[in-house]
Amino acid sequence: MSLILSIVVDGVAYGMILFMISVGLSITMGLMRIINLAHGGFALLGGAAVHLLTTRLDVAFIPAFLVAVLAVVLVSVLLERLLYRHIYGFNELGQVLATIGIVFIMIATVNLFLGSTILPLGAPAIFTTPIDLGFRTLPFHRLVVIISGLLVLAGLWLLMEKTRFGIYLRAAVDNRIAAASLGINTPLVYLVAFATGAGLAAVGGILGAELLPIEAYYPLRYMVLFLIVVSVGGLGSISGSFLASISLGILDTAGRYLLPGIGTIFFFVAIVVLLALRPNGLMGKAQ
Amino acid sequence: MMDPVLSTSPRRAPTALSFLIPSISVVVGASLAFLIFPYDLSFLTRIVIMMIFVVSFDLILGQAGIATLGHAAMYGCGAYAAGLISLHLSPDPLLGLLVGAVAGAVMAWISGLVLLRTHGITLLMISIAVTMVLQETASQARWLTGGADGLAGITVGPLLGLYEFDFVGQVAFIYSVSILAAVLLLCQVLIGSPFGLALRGIEGSASRMRAIGTPVYRRKVTVYVIAGAIAGIAGALAAQVTGLVGIEVFNFSLSADVMVMLILGGAGRLYGALVGTLLFMVVHHVAASIDPLNWLFVIGFMLLIVVFVLPKGLVALPGRLARLLRRTS
Repeated sequence: MSLILSIVVDGVAYGMILFMISVGLSITMGLMRIINLAHGGFALLGGAAVHLLTTRLDVAFIPAFLVAVLAVVLVSVLLERLLYRHIYGFNELGQVLATIGIVFIMIATVNLFLGSTILPLGAPAIFTTPIDLGFRTLPFHRLVVIISGLLVLAGLWLLMEKTRFGIYLRAAVDNRIAAASLGINTPLVYLVAFATGAGLAAVGGILGAELLPIEAYYPLRYMVLFLIVVSVGGLGSISGSFLASISLGILDTAGRYLLPGIGTIFFFVAIVVLLALRPNGLMGKAQ
Repeated sequence: MMDPVLSTSPRRAPTALSFLIPSISVVVGASLAFLIFPYDLSFLTRIVIMMIFVVSFDLILGQAGIATLGHAAMYGCGAYAAGLISLHLSPDPLLGLLVGAVAGAVMAWISGLVLLRTHGITLLMISIAVTMVLQETASQARWLTGGADGLAGITVGPLLGLYEFDFVGQVAFIYSVSILAAVLLLCQVLIGSPFGLALRGIEGSASRMRAIGTPVYRRKVTVYVIAGAIAGIAGALAAQVTGLVGIEVFNFSLSADVMVMLILGGAGRLYGALVGTLLFMVVHHVAASIDPLNWLFVIGFMLLIVVFVLPKGLVALPGRLARLLRRTS
């Protein structure tokens, strides 16, 4: 019993990280129909910025966290204006290649300044303090991750359902051309959605660094994982991404606990079967 | 009177010679390289093997328009199959190639049946996941594949029972070039055949091809299996020439590199695959020997330039330049 609870708690924490990083990718893929392989790069840039601020400039973790997320949002706005705006018009293949190019440049930049070792983020000591949950003790960090994941979910839900921007965004996801012809400023919607997604990726990358350590090759190493979340959840669906992240987190953790060795094989076979049966993902709409 | 639709104009009619042109140019180029760089034969052999691999990817991406990110699956199966055969059964190199081709084809058939039913991001994801499954399997099945250490000490017997593989790599180079020439000839015949035309049609518009009665899914599976067999041959060659196979053959970066090389040169043309591979491998070699970290900058910017400026690849460069000149003059 306690084993099952452990799997669930670890899996949910892992899933929350996947959710925070991937949800922006899901929105941009659903909205702009762009395959953005560089999305994990924003998580890397966020982590690298925190590393720089905390270890080299002696900034405390929380302000460093805020500054890093803000910086990543700024970088993403620049990139959207300069590069992504043109990439939207490419075919699938062009998008894959252009975004691989961008991710290579991001990796090389981090590599050039910080090297290719794992970058410690200087998280406060309280993160590792164990908390007694009755059936097991849990590092405080896991609780932070789970709570921030839920906050992000709630925040996105409010944004999508209760604000005018949410209405614009949902309209543009459903039918971009009709939305534009109704006077919605779709380029602005794209920009805001892209920057939000990048910011959330940075949040997930920084908070998740305990489980997915930040290093230069981070975006390539975990790219497949993020893409799997998006394609299993269904493009453009926030609830789909959440469901997919949590279930993949639990599935992967269960595989590691119960079937050490062949757990990863089991995980990927499950993905293949699921995608073969439901090509548009769990909550995706047919295109 | 002849129906004009059925008549084939003499310009379009492929002659035996035109089938041979890519193979001949490769043999000529390789002979020159052999004479000019006699001490870099192992690097040249790697380029030639990569060319075979990229040409096989050109069949599915360039001809049929199927974009996958898991082409390393077939390469790796071919490499492991050839390695195992030469370790446990017979060191004959040609038998190894045959087994590699069969392994690649079987893998392509099994995975193709699933992934060719999908398209877009789902297809990309399934192809990546298949390669991941294979990599994990190879790393876990230690009794068969040697796990993370891989298969080492693969030795191959003399080619055709006559030519012993030497230390300088002359025989290995000539062997690989001959296989490349044969593969190019096969591809050239395939592209010119009605089957090849059907593939081009599918690339252009699958729904129209379905409307005129082409079994689109079956054609795609067929070309995927053929490309898988060729990729398996490339993997088998790599195993025989280097003498080892590791789980890196299933790396995601290999699948991505192949796509990059093809797009760099220009998809849909055999020359594009050859030019792109040559450029990529040479730039990689030079950049990595200067500073391995900056290699990613080079390839990243190269990709962006190709995608933004030369979407048809380097082989389209002369045509573009000519058009620019004509416009300015």
